[in-house]
Amino acid sequence: MTLSLTLLMALPLLGAAVLSALPKTNALLAKQVALGTTLVSAALTIGIAVQFQRDNIDLQFVESHQWIPSFGINYAVGLDGISLVLILMTAVLAPIVVLAGWNESQSGRWSTKTFYILILVLEMMAIGVFAATDVFLFYVFFEAMLVPVYFLIGGYGTGKRSAAAVKFLLYSLFGGLLMLASIIALYVLSGEQGGHTFDTQALSHLHISSMTQNLLFLGFFIAFAIKAPLWPFHTWLPDAADAATPGTSVLLLGVLDKVGTFGMIRYCLTLFPNATKTFTPTIIVLAVISIIYGAFLAIGQKDIKRLIAFTSISHFGFITLGIFAMTSQGHSGATLYMFNHGFSTAALFLVAGWMSSRRGSSTIADFGGLQRVTPVMAWSFFFAGMSSLALPGLSSFVSEFLVLVGTFTRYPVAAVIATFGIVLAALYILIPVQRALHGPTTPGNENLSDLTLREKIAITPVIAIILFLGFYPSPLLKVINPAATHVISQLGFSDPAPTQLGGK
Amino acid sequence: MKFTTPVLDYAILSPILIVLAGALIGVMIDAFVSKTRRPIVQLILTLGTLLIALVQVFRIRNTTSLSAAMGSVIFDGPAFLLQMTILIISIISIFLIADNENFTALAAALPGSIEEQEATSKGNQVTEVYPLTLFAVAGMLLFPIASDLITLFVALEMLSLPLYLMAGLSRRRRLMSQEAALKYFLLGAFSSAFFLFGAAYLYGYSGLVSFAGIRESIVGGTGNDVFLLIGIAFLSVGLLFKVGAVPFHAWSPDVYQGAPTAVTAFMAAATKVAAFGAMLRIYYTVFANAQWSWSPLLSVIAIITMLFGSFVAIAQRDVKRMLAYSSIAHAGFLITGVIALNKAGLSASIFYLFAYGIATVGAFAIVTLVRDSAGEVSDLNRWAGLGKRSPWVATIFAFFLLAFAGIPLTSGFIGKFSIFSAAYESGAKSVVIAGVLSSAIAAFFYIRVIVLMFFTDSHEDATTVVIPSVLTRITVIVSFVITVALGVYPAPLIDFINKFAIFIR
Repeated sequence: MTLSLTLLMALPLLGAAVLSALPKTNALLAKQVALGTTLVSAALTIGIAVQFQRDNIDLQFVESHQWIPSFGINYAVGLDGISLVLILMTAVLAPIVVLAGWNESQSGRWSTKTFYILILVLEMMAIGVFAATDVFLFYVFFEAMLVPVYFLIGGYGTGKRSAAAVKFLLYSLFGGLLMLASIIALYVLSGEQGGHTFDTQALSHLHISSMTQNLLFLGFFIAFAIKAPLWPFHTWLPDAADAATPGTSVLLLGVLDKVGTFGMIRYCLTLFPNATKTFTPTIIVLAVISIIYGAFLAIGQKDIKRLIAFTSISHFGFITLGIFAMTSQGHSGATLYMFNHGFSTAALFLVAGWMSSRRGSSTIADFGGLQRVTPVMAWSFFFAGMSSLALPGLSSFVSEFLVLVGTFTRYPVAAVIATFGIVLAALYILIPVQRALHGPTTPGNENLSDLTLREKIAITPVIAIILFLGFYPSPLLKVINPAATHVISQLGFSDPAPTQLGGK
Repeated sequence: MKFTTPVLDYAILSPILIVLAGALIGVMIDAFVSKTRRPIVQLILTLGTLLIALVQVFRIRNTTSLSAAMGSVIFDGPAFLLQMTILIISIISIFLIADNENFTALAAALPGSIEEQEATSKGNQVTEVYPLTLFAVAGMLLFPIASDLITLFVALEMLSLPLYLMAGLSRRRRLMSQEAALKYFLLGAFSSAFFLFGAAYLYGYSGLVSFAGIRESIVGGTGNDVFLLIGIAFLSVGLLFKVGAVPFHAWSPDVYQGAPTAVTAFMAAATKVAAFGAMLRIYYTVFANAQWSWSPLLSVIAIITMLFGSFVAIAQRDVKRMLAYSSIAHAGFLITGVIALNKAGLSASIFYLFAYGIATVGAFAIVTLVRDSAGEVSDLNRWAGLGKRSPWVATIFAFFLLAFAGIPLTSGFIGKFSIFSAAYESGAKSVVIAGVLSSAIAAFFYIRVIVLMFFTDSHEDATTVVIPSVLTRITVIVSFVITVALGVYPAPLIDFINKFAIFIR
């Protein structure tokens, strides 16, 4: 059997179809089917990653079929190093989310079966959105994936879940429609310049006047900035992360939001190189504000889930900074950051989810002294926190360092300010760690149970990946670097030569 | 003076004649067949008539002689597509109309009178709704193929008069229904007067009533432009009234709400196809060379219609009124297709009409299912928690709403994309931007209904969803399947439309 992206996308759909045929009452069977499907998908993705030729900068695993020929729309998918890494992250996170959130669906409005159908459909669309090389196909996945997430938040979340779901959907739809207007313009322009097409490669060769290019760039960028989320488009995220179940949050922040930063690389940069140069200074400023703002607000949060959401805003600031620094280190770092952020956020959210489901509250003040009561859970949380603050030796350190180095060579001031984000990160992680894990045991926490075997199994691969990549990131970097260098060189940038200090 | 016998080309007129014949037989059946057997006989007759007409339209699609009845109708590619669309939509809605829970027992009786109660207790049914539907369908078939002003006006009245009556047939809240019918009639008559006035000026401008003649005068440019402008303006008012564009939309929410839901479904979907069909023909052929005069005005109307429809829909608390305002917004999107004035715009408009019509019938079919002991419940607040009680019905309704909102993988998205790209291609960028913005606004109220159905707990006076009868089930399933299919793989239909969508001038 040859591996293909279509197969990889068909698999979760098949799982969803099987699930929908199962009886509603047998929740256990539904979970097992979902876990099995996601595990097979993960195995398949690893297979694809092994076959991927690292030094080849052309798209690989390319498939293209006509979809709507009269509009020049193709079902076209393909992989470069960047999309491979993100698909890998998605496919590996999916079984972890299923296993970790084994009982998440119980508090939902609907059956367990429906929960996993939504998860599997979401996984399929997430793979599709990263794999698409046709802008129309990308847009279809980009918008359609909102629907399962909407029902996951609104149907299975907690608290003000329906309000959060609506806020999420409306923000995303608004951005999506702006992007649609840009896509329509691209379509028309391509028609004027030799035939309607949506092929990303062909569109990048269009001649677009600078004014139009700026407008189209903004259409795409705002959509991605809402998704990513970048300050000041971020306000939906804390509510959504607060209301969603931990598993959904992992998929939302870990996978879905990466579509935003991925889209910036794949579409904003390659389609509109000139507009990118025009807007880069502004975006750098926004990214730096995101880093600092997210970190400050994270420090001020009383609720652990909201705290993680704000740390993510700060982290997405780093990713955006790396992308728009226009250096190959920055780009590689940003892509690696996307991957690492997926796992460190997963660790944080999953452990925080276990803590709050045991305690019945997600307020940080309600915890305390967990280290004595539930040592494994406490250490897991501590580890996840260290990963989030980018402790050397853990994977996020490598990516954060690369981003800062990449930025410093071109935008030293931005890099210096962004570095304060690291200091603040230590604060926003260590404060909750101190309050929740150390100190006297808060009344009500004495009888909390430690992680079960299932939970330990779920968190182990996450920790393993974070540790492994912390010490040995080169397997991933070897995949990412050629693609990142390719993007930069296509834009006409070359890495600035390092300035020698005091040499003269 | 020599008198020539008019040459009628029966092949081209045959679909309309078939429908009219069916309608006449229907009248006879109402007079002679016993009460108990009437409904089933009428249903079979109506369905048969529409199917035969559909087959006939399909058979004559490649006919060589294009104009018939001395040039007063013209049967070209778009005419074929539009007639097919009207017939398909009518067939789907007939199943809904046949589920006659909707209709009053005796239309002539005063609301609340003893006569009415007697008729109800006897289980009478208004079978006259079938021939009325057929008459309306005949008018709708004629409207987009008319090629002179007189035929156009006759067709307009032919499709409108039965609809005025049908709007007043509701079984429940009859006063409201009758008010709707009266309002529809009065405003309709008013707009017909505008229409005629415009037609008269166009005749004054060119000295001819045929489309070809008026077009030639415009191309020649010898006539008095003031007459032309007045003519175009007033004719447009008549047409814009029919499609429910702002500021001529005032009738539509009341009529949509008051009319029996099955009639609303038919009216909302099929009338729109017929009226936009005629509009496309007139603006794409007759007025094409006077684009400078109407394009800016229509652009403004399109923008206002889209934004107004979307904004006001947000405030609605009644599902039928909400759908009415949503249909106003959609009329705005469709006017965008008229403004485009290119081949892509024509294909896109026809695709949009088909997709939107089918989804509309489906959505209203769902509305007929949500009831309490006193009948249909259109109050949105009482739809709360529907997703819990009848997940399938709620899911399908949600799907139709997503199609209206234009979410990918539904027919609505492909329609919206194609119509906006056509308009953008023709340079109407501001209209496209307004369209995209109003889509974002519209998404809000569609989603609100989804929230109500799925994420809100139900009240005590909860509604129940009746188990759909086979007939309604056919309507819902067919429209659902088409909406999905057109969203996922629209290429065959788009290619088919592209092949035919060329106006013969």
